Amino acid sequence: MALTPEQVEHVAALARLGISEAERQRFAEQLSGILDHFQALQALDTEQIPPTAQVLDLRNVMRTDAVCPSLSQGEVLANAPRAQDGFFRVQAVLEE
Amino acid sequence: MPDLTSLTVPEARDLLVRREISAGELVRAVLDRIAGAEPLVQAFLTVTADEAVAGAAAADAALAAGGGDPQATPALTGIPVALKDLFCTRGVQTTSGSQILKGFVPPFDATVVARLRAAGAVLVGKTNMDEFAMGSSTENSGYQQTHNPWDLSRVPGGSSGGSAAAVAAGECLLSLGTDTGGSIRQPASLCGVTGLKPTYGRVSRYGMIAFASSLDQAGPFSAGVEGTAMALQAIAGHDPLDATSAPLPVPDYRAALAGGIKGLRVGVPREYFVAGTEPDVDRLVRAAIAQLAALGAEVGEVSLPSTDHGLATYYIIAPAEVSSNLSRYNGIKYGLAAPDEPDMIRAMEVTRERGFGDEAKRRIMLGTYALSSGYYDAYYLKAQKVRTLIRQDFDRAFERFDVLATPTSPTTAFKLGAKTQDPLAMYLSDVCTLPVNMAGLPGISVPCGFDAAGLPVGLQLIGKAFDESTLLRAAYTYEQATDVHTRRPPLPVGARASA
Repeated sequence: MALTPEQVEHVAALARLGISEAERQRFAEQLSGILDHFQALQALDTEQIPPTAQVLDLRNVMRTDAVCPSLSQGEVLANAPRAQDGFFRVQAVLEE
Repeated sequence: MPDLTSLTVPEARDLLVRREISAGELVRAVLDRIAGAEPLVQAFLTVTADEAVAGAAAADAALAAGGGDPQATPALTGIPVALKDLFCTRGVQTTSGSQILKGFVPPFDATVVARLRAAGAVLVGKTNMDEFAMGSSTENSGYQQTHNPWDLSRVPGGSSGGSAAAVAAGECLLSLGTDTGGSIRQPASLCGVTGLKPTYGRVSRYGMIAFASSLDQAGPFSAGVEGTAMALQAIAGHDPLDATSAPLPVPDYRAALAGGIKGLRVGVPREYFVAGTEPDVDRLVRAAIAQLAALGAEVGEVSLPSTDHGLATYYIIAPAEVSSNLSRYNGIKYGLAAPDEPDMIRAMEVTRERGFGDEAKRRIMLGTYALSSGYYDAYYLKAQKVRTLIRQDFDRAFERFDVLATPTSPTTAFKLGAKTQDPLAMYLSDVCTLPVNMAGLPGISVPCGFDAAGLPVGLQLIGKAFDESTLLRAAYTYEQATDVHTRRPPLPVGARASA
């Protein structure tokens, strides 16, 4: 089951990943090869098998609702590409 | 005076406590070694020389005050360590091997880093890795190519290739890596050092840049099992900052090494000697298993029939988790950004196009595809069910056996560039290690010999969940019966520094 360059473009858009025309072709080829390898799983009968999302026996780990020290605003914003007035600055997303 | 950079962690500890060497001498020897070896090996992305010298001075003050009493100072006081560049280090750049995090300076320490500091360890630097820990050769680094100290034309393995190569080259005595599908054990095997992946939940993941959250686990590299046990002791245990860290007591791992393996039940899974296993690897691993039998273990064959499906299962589950974890790199809170793009979505796309390398892009797309509408049941849910089958294989095997023994990787170190154009061939390097992550079990690679070309081969031992004690005892008993772990690569950097 091959992945077409158009499907690669669709998946890249879902992932907010810009890709070039050359990458569309190359990734379509490489990802198709990998997905073909995955087809072997479809032959397994797993009707009665429960899925494993994680291996620990832990459920709903809760902590006490207590105030603890945290990073300062300055420390949090220190790595931001753009900050303004104590906020992360982003491009406008609402029309005027 | 011994060659300080060839010391094991327990040897250095004894000399430091007895004040036969100082932490300052040890860290200077290591920094000299880094200066000599780095042009060849390129294991480090950052060397923290000033911090290391200051840390060694503090360690010497503590050791002097301790007056030769080993109880007076923490177990790693003055030991030079290196960290894979995905452990957040307060004030020291942390990139996860990606250009998208170039210049990121964390405002906090990962829990394992804080615990190593509390144990007295001295940080000498941050090591190279495959981008976001995705790879088996460290060639996916966004920064540089690390070379195998045993043969500079070959890869160190990956993704923790820098941490493995740094220990092999004597550029630190101890390092930390992470292992999601083999990223500690496989480079340990290819670089001829000891590498441990603890049980999922044994070591906190807080402050460790996430790859696949249900599989990732941190663990140590060193030139011997006793140092590995000392490092695990320092980093293991429950952490309230990681909800998936297990609230279980931590045994005394160093004390657990003694006692031998008489009567230990060792299973040999026949599916792990895969087609494509190099003849020397097959021969040396089988010889190591015969050695375990000679040391008193009861060795028997076992079948893990779902092993064949491990690779496909892993390469659905891990990329699915990647596509989620890597969505945070969008140019807003940290890292690379495209501030001149007027549209926010386009800015994210451009940031991610420029910042991620090919393997990161491939896995983001694989994972996004496997989770997308119409394909979720066929890929992601199916893989989660097969993950259950893989776990059940191990559960059945551990009803009859205490430890399983396998090759760590089907091959020794391969040539740089040999697999970079064929992702599937690269993925096959981890065929013996990744089922262990899917079951959350502990695994260790110990050196068990050298192939005809002089390249190291690793024996993988797999243990029951949270039974690192038995795993370490088996590995230690084997190691002490051989001299393989004492061999060091003949790097052409002149005489090693000694005090």
